[in-house]
Amino acid sequence: MIWLTWRQFRAQAIVAAAALAVIAVALAVTGVHLANLYDSAGVGACHGHGDCGTVASNFLTQVKASLTDKTLYDGSAVLLYAVPVLIGVFWGAPLITREIEAGTFRLAWNQSVTRTRWLAAKLGLVGLAAMATAGLLSFMIGWWASPIDHAFGLPQGRNGSGGINRFAPLLFGVRGITPVGYAAFAFVLGVTIGVLIRRTVPAMAVTLAVFTGVLVTMTLWVRPHLIAPLHMVSAFNTANLDQLTTGPSPGSPMTVAATVNLPDAWILSNQSITPSGHVFTGPAPRVCFSGTIQACTAYVGRLHLRQLVTYQPASRYWAFQWYETAIFLALALALAGACFWWIRRRRLA
Amino acid sequence: MNAVLQSRGLGKRYRQRWALANCTLSVPAGHVVGLVGPNGAGKTTLLNLATGLLAPTAGTIEVLGGTPAASPAQLSRVGFVAQDAPVYAGLSVADHLRLGAHMNPGWDAGLARDRIGRLGLDLTQRAGKLSGGERAQLALTLAIAKRPELLILDEPIASLDPLARREFLQSLMEFTAGGEVSVVMSSHLVADLERVCDYLIVLVASRVQVTGEVEDLLATHYLLTGPRRDRADLPPAWQVISASNTDRQSTLLVRSSSPVSGPGWAVTQIGLEDLVLAYLSHVPEPAPGAAPALEVQR
Repeated sequence: MIWLTWRQFRAQAIVAAAALAVIAVALAVTGVHLANLYDSAGVGACHGHGDCGTVASNFLTQVKASLTDKTLYDGSAVLLYAVPVLIGVFWGAPLITREIEAGTFRLAWNQSVTRTRWLAAKLGLVGLAAMATAGLLSFMIGWWASPIDHAFGLPQGRNGSGGINRFAPLLFGVRGITPVGYAAFAFVLGVTIGVLIRRTVPAMAVTLAVFTGVLVTMTLWVRPHLIAPLHMVSAFNTANLDQLTTGPSPGSPMTVAATVNLPDAWILSNQSITPSGHVFTGPAPRVCFSGTIQACTAYVGRLHLRQLVTYQPASRYWAFQWYETAIFLALALALAGACFWWIRRRRLA
Repeated sequence: MNAVLQSRGLGKRYRQRWALANCTLSVPAGHVVGLVGPNGAGKTTLLNLATGLLAPTAGTIEVLGGTPAASPAQLSRVGFVAQDAPVYAGLSVADHLRLGAHMNPGWDAGLARDRIGRLGLDLTQRAGKLSGGERAQLALTLAIAKRPELLILDEPIASLDPLARREFLQSLMEFTAGGEVSVVMSSHLVADLERVCDYLIVLVASRVQVTGEVEDLLATHYLLTGPRRDRADLPPAWQVISASNTDRQSTLLVRSSSPVSGPGWAVTQIGLEDLVLAYLSHVPEPAPGAAPALEVQR
């Protein structure tokens, strides 16, 4: 049975392996250059002593100036989000629908192999290939981007809270082991939808939509609550004022935010609290329109605000990685169970 | 001898429509069984139930004494060529033989290679490029090289041209000549079945109309022509299958276990095709919703 599955999957496997090889070469060549840049900028040698933020900023400025590095950094993130989708749409959805549309499941199911084993071989072999593909890609891209990720993790003066570290929602799904969970889930999701819809093209479209929906739901509404976030309250430091926005005229709403110094943490919210315990929303004083910036800042200082940061500390990064991967693997297993149930109930013929 | 196929009250419903209803059958081993009926009569449904591709809605079915497709051992005892003989279009002929060898413990590689050689099929040819006849032959090769005790064929020759049809039936007859293998094949091409089948099941409007050995059926059916008479005047032992009357003459198809004769009757033996046609048009109680669309192809 494994022979037939492999024979049917061979062409796709070769395409995937070739693509991985090309990407590996491109990343290896440019990765060495990136690591040299990292060392010569002194980011690696900077441990607490000296101004790590400035060193990191200089390194990142150099990276941004290189078109190759910038393209690879952005492109690799897009690619790692696309790979589970492609796997679900092109490996998962057609896996069973192709057999239904061509009627070949009638041939396969009348060899001396039960349909349970037939499905197990298909799900097992192609599923493992999907996980291996995503895992390898994540490993290679993670290695390539590690200097940049590390530099983003360091506090960088005024932009410290705005840097996209590996814990931030956008990068979290394309680093570490989460792509493996996504790939497994997307693949089995495609298979399940194929078994339900029985037609390849609609199954592909639905797989794309459902996977995107699940990923967005996870990122926006589930992941922040996997572990209760921590809160940090400190005196509002006007020297670290990061953001100050006002409405168009005196008396309109106004918000202020100070820099957060929590390297590699995932900042969920950063609010300014008044002495009475409410979130500061203004009103904007006249001095911020007619006076100098310094006068405006001094006004903010006299409000005796406190800074309330809600965050997930950097130490929880791998716990979150494992939780998220485990959730997607569990979803994949549940869907696989549904496929077995469906196939055994003979709903295909 | 054990039954190769035994069903009791077997039925299959798709939503509101019964594709097969109350089917009770017992097919003895060692026969080449023709399953005949118009399109939509439930032939494919019955065969899919026999191969375990479908589960019954009502009743039971046993094939070679076991539940269809319940285990690898059961699967290895039944060979099946599905309607339109599906094969993997992207795989070569040789790949299909390898598939058979990998997925069947009883695979007879010599038999498979011999057959492919005699058919003149190119091993490197992709199955998607084969003609309809070659594809059917490849599917038949896969089904018989696993050395089944029962071979089930669903409309294997319907889409073939006359020459390919003859070659297919020829190779089927060669395979069954030993008499160790039982065959159940469906078709609406009665003339072709007549050449290979020695047992007949007629299925009309999802119900079994008649079943038995061809020889017995031919020996107990008589075509009578004579002066017009009412049915009530006929001997009670005669089972009238079909009757057509003109003003002065009656033509009857009668089933009777003893020879029929009578004053004024001209009695002739009937051929298999006419017998089948008579049963196809003889629908005592049509199942609701199933229109008997009679189709006879030559």
